[in-house]
Amino acid sequence: MTSCYVVHEAPVRRVAIFGGTHGNELSGVFLVKHWQENGDEIQRTGLEVRPFITNPRAVKKCTRYIDCDLNRVFDPDNLGRQITEDIPYEVRRAQEINHVFGPKNSNDAYDLIFDLHNTTSNMGGTLILENSRNNFTIQMFNYIKNALAPECCPVFLIEHPNLKYATTRSIAKHPVGVEVGPQPQGVLRADILDKMRKIIKHGLDFVHIFNEGKEFPPCTIEIYKIMEKVDYPRNKNGEITAVIHPSLQDQDWQPLNNGDPIFLTVDGETINYEGDCTVYPTFVNEAAYYEKKQAFVKTVKVKLTAKGIRSSLS
Amino acid sequence: LCSSPSNRSRPLSCVAVCGGTHGNEMSGIYLAKHWLRDPMELQRSSFAVTPFLGNPRAIEKCVRYVGQDLNRTFTTEFLSSTEAEDEPYEVVLAREINQTYGPKGSAQAFDFMFDLHNTTASMGTCLIVDSEESLLPMHMCHYIQMHYTRSPCPIYLYKLPGEETYSINSVAKAGLALELGPQPQQVVRADLFSQMRDIIACALDFIELFNKGTVFPAFEIEAYKITGRMDYPCYPDGEISAMVHPKLQDKDFLPLNPRDPIFQTFSGEEILYEGNTTIYPAFINEAAYYEKKVAFVKMEKHMFSIPGLQRD
Ligand SMILES: [Zn+2]
Ligand SMILES: [Zn+2]
Repeated sequence: MTSCYVVHEAPVRRVAIFGGTHGNELSGVFLVKHWQENGDEIQRTGLEVRPFITNPRAVKKCTRYIDCDLNRVFDPDNLGRQITEDIPYEVRRAQEINHVFGPKNSNDAYDLIFDLHNTTSNMGGTLILENSRNNFTIQMFNYIKNALAPECCPVFLIEHPNLKYATTRSIAKHPVGVEVGPQPQGVLRADILDKMRKIIKHGLDFVHIFNEGKEFPPCTIEIYKIMEKVDYPRNKNGEITAVIHPSLQDQDWQPLNNGDPIFLTVDGETINYEGDCTVYPTFVNEAAYYEKKQAFVKTVKVKLTAKGIRSSLS
Repeated sequence: LCSSPSNRSRPLSCVAVCGGTHGNEMSGIYLAKHWLRDPMELQRSSFAVTPFLGNPRAIEKCVRYVGQDLNRTFTTEFLSSTEAEDEPYEVVLAREINQTYGPKGSAQAFDFMFDLHNTTASMGTCLIVDSEESLLPMHMCHYIQMHYTRSPCPIYLYKLPGEETYSINSVAKAGLALELGPQPQQVVRADLFSQMRDIIACALDFIELFNKGTVFPAFEIEAYKITGRMDYPCYPDGEISAMVHPKLQDKDFLPLNPRDPIFQTFSGEEILYEGNTTIYPAFINEAAYYEKKVAFVKMEKHMFSIPGLQRD
């Protein structure tokens, strides 16, 4: 009866947990290092779970990256680039990571990669989805959301025709970004670490139950889909002339309507949002995005439905 | 009975405001850049105010410092060192700043310097003075506490007994540092930006009144005095083995009693405070102190009697 609504998915056997893709986002760095020494809590029967520090040199220096953002170079050009003396450290590292956990888009690639990040924005514990048709990942997010309820666990879909991220986790068959904030760069907060740890626990539980043969019926979750990035107002020299308005600060995932304040200039002038539809800002005032010319990201709320799934081997 | 006569002190004519002593603490950097373009709001009738950027190269790269912490470089040892090829950028810079706004301890030095900082700790709008013996800064703090009412302004006395002053504002005859948080490094928050701006305006008003002859009577004031620092627990390889306990996080300036939890290990064990007396921590979980393995600063709370003050 149910089988006509259920897709058979390959079991998920090889899982990696990446920390330190950005070297100054410390929850993932310290969790992964802890699990490398003492990994009992991330082991599940029938699963290989590998904790891994992706950018060890940036971690050592407690900086986001050495030469370029590791989380943007997993595209065919960079992964295929010839190794030369002057190649950026992160590109060389990306090729090594792709060699161990990929190759990207191949059968040999890891089944699932969790990539652990922090943000200075008030995003709570956010799950990042790369592909709106990945039934397995949507089912997992649904499971994690229910397990964490009533605590909020927003899902952020970064699928976009023009914005290509080429993330570190994208080499896996099922890439999962975990973004927890607010936490300053170079700081470790116990509450934020705990939130991240719970997300991983529930994610691994889901994989375990799935592998054991449990059928997950079709589900629908609410997600935030990326629309566009919004830059700060700037003068002709490119310097920022206004900062995030106090009434937008810390309001990630809250509705923003036409006429709502978004920026405040040094002279006290308010700049309002102009747009026809309600949007849901996120990554509001993220430290690392000043250089990327990004004050916040506009999203829209949509519903996403996943087919029912069941492991094909059971 | 009559009150004891006020101390007399010369009027202030040269005042400097420094932003970006640490290049990733953005409130002061944005304010100083704004004032360099448009100094109007700094103007008062009885004295001149010079805004400047403390560490331009660190600001450019948006890092705390390039070679070493500039705000620890204003000691006799560094200021009197001879130029060398391989010396850190900040040592060169400290000598230049000392030439412009000092020389430290000399009659030509600027009368007053403000230094603008941010912290990732929940320190609110904290006022930092070297010690309670600095009469004019203590009066300024008192004035700020009475007239700037948006947020409480705890006073932090940073100099350990017998320690030489090392901060950038020690180049001037007197100084005050503002430490506002929590704010992540590299981030500008509008709320802290305007709080810092308002406190500076209030402090400049105080100088104006002082210069014009207002008599400031004696008062009693509460302040926190540093007694030492608490290091993170570490593994043998030097890596931090525990985090600030959630019950201590964001509790700057609140009492910490013996046997209160201060750290939590990654396996969930609690580490308790082993001291014998109540202390008041600050700079709890400050990002810049990880490299020094400092988890927080330990302080005692005291009442101080500050004598009256008026212009000479
Ligand atoms: Zn990140
Ligand atoms: Zn500072």
